[in-house]
Amino acid sequence: MQLGFLVDLHLCMGCKGCEIACKVENEVPLSTWRLRVKYIDVGTFPETKRTFTPLRCNHCANAPCERICPVSALHYLENGIVNIDKERCIGCAGCVMACPYGAIYIDPQTQTADKCTYCAHRIASSMMPSCVVACPVEANIFGDLDNPTSNISKYIQQHQGDVQVRKPEKGTDPHHFYVGGGNVQLNPLASSRDEGHNLFNKLTHLPLGGHH
Amino acid sequence: MAHEMIAATNAIVVLDVALPGIVWGWIITMNMWAKSIGTGIVFLTFFLLKKYPEKTGFIRFPAVAISIVFIHIFLFFTVIDLHQMFRFWHIFFYPHLTSAITIGAWMATGFVGLLLAMAYAIYMQKDEALYDKYLGWTVLLAIPVTLYTAGLMAESTARELWQMPTESAQMILAALLAGSATMILLGGNKFDNAVKKDLGLVLGLSAFAAFILYMSEYIFGAMKAEEVAATLAFIKGGEYTILFWIGQMMAFIIPMVLVCMSITKERYYLLKIAAVSALVGLWISKHVWLVIPQLLNMS
Repeated sequence: MQLGFLVDLHLCMGCKGCEIACKVENEVPLSTWRLRVKYIDVGTFPETKRTFTPLRCNHCANAPCERICPVSALHYLENGIVNIDKERCIGCAGCVMACPYGAIYIDPQTQTADKCTYCAHRIASSMMPSCVVACPVEANIFGDLDNPTSNISKYIQQHQGDVQVRKPEKGTDPHHFYVGGGNVQLNPLASSRDEGHNLFNKLTHLPLGGHH
Repeated sequence: MAHEMIAATNAIVVLDVALPGIVWGWIITMNMWAKSIGTGIVFLTFFLLKKYPEKTGFIRFPAVAISIVFIHIFLFFTVIDLHQMFRFWHIFFYPHLTSAITIGAWMATGFVGLLLAMAYAIYMQKDEALYDKYLGWTVLLAIPVTLYTAGLMAESTARELWQMPTESAQMILAALLAGSATMILLGGNKFDNAVKKDLGLVLGLSAFAAFILYMSEYIFGAMKAEEVAATLAFIKGGEYTILFWIGQMMAFIIPMVLVCMSITKERYYLLKIAAVSALVGLWISKHVWLVIPQLLNMS
């Protein structure tokens, strides 16, 4: 069994329901994200459009994070998930340096590395990942890539030529696919990123007592 | 970049999470810098004892003492950089042998053991033959201890700037640079001019070779990959430009010039200035090279 993800970017409408479901399910602390949806505006007014790209761990078959981890805290499960043992992690951040997708962060509460696990605990109970359940348009398709009759395998077959992965040149063999994605969505260098447009960046607090 | 090409492809991120910032900062720079001195002085001790056994015998104890001190500085900064430093022992009890960190930790442990054995042989036993016997093995182990960080950087798939074999060459050159600089400062005026000249040559040539590698990457790196180009932009007019050039000047250019002047005009006091400049500049150069790939957004 090789579990994988596919996101149909034609369907995603950027509601961020998957983000919230992931946050709640996995108790992801403030300022960190296992999954988030990036908004990018393309074109020049009035010819513009907005794209939405859910980004999470790619659960690579040749995962750099697993290779660089000195204590096997990052390890493969039999179903292909790259899982993390937070009790074993020493917090060296080698995985943060290695992941070409920026999918790993240091949990500020546990001071260990953390990332999307495809909700491995839910899968162990025969449930779908929380982001899949939360998606109102079924843009997240999850299943067994080794099974040709699974939804994800059929979807990939039906959309041959339009199925892509992020950064294929890295040789990581991701188990996370996108349909309907372009360079702008999948290549971080294809869009400019000005400070001030980031969610929860540079948090500021109003003075106590409100305005004076 | 594609987003800057034409109006139709103008693409701007309008909502996303904050950039992750620098994860490996000055603590890792200290780690690499101290390790360069700790292993480099072992290389130079071996060289001097082989070439000038009569003139340089006095360096045996101070050299091993300095190596022990700097290797422990390296280990200290390695451990305090861990977010869970009290789990450091996991590396030995749950080792993952594909990781350069694991290999480095095991090698460094063996290296420290041999250094302590050398110190014991020369300080307690007063046995130079035993010291020299240990030294051969210590030099062999100093090579992987020097190189493992390059392996770690190469395993950092996300950071396109850190390439093999360039990083390996840079690590060895950094060790030779730092080792010769430290030896120049350690020996002071006790070395005769022939020894000083040799140390100056090692310092100057390692600075020259390292500078060539940096400049090669600076000029040609951007022609190979968009990520490298975007990373190098931070030192080509970006926020780390001045620091980068201060590092290059102090670590490589000034030592090269001073070494040339000291050898051609036999003004060996200049070597000490070159040595201090090289050690300070090496820290800066390593820091810039460590930090800039982390400024790039990965997603």
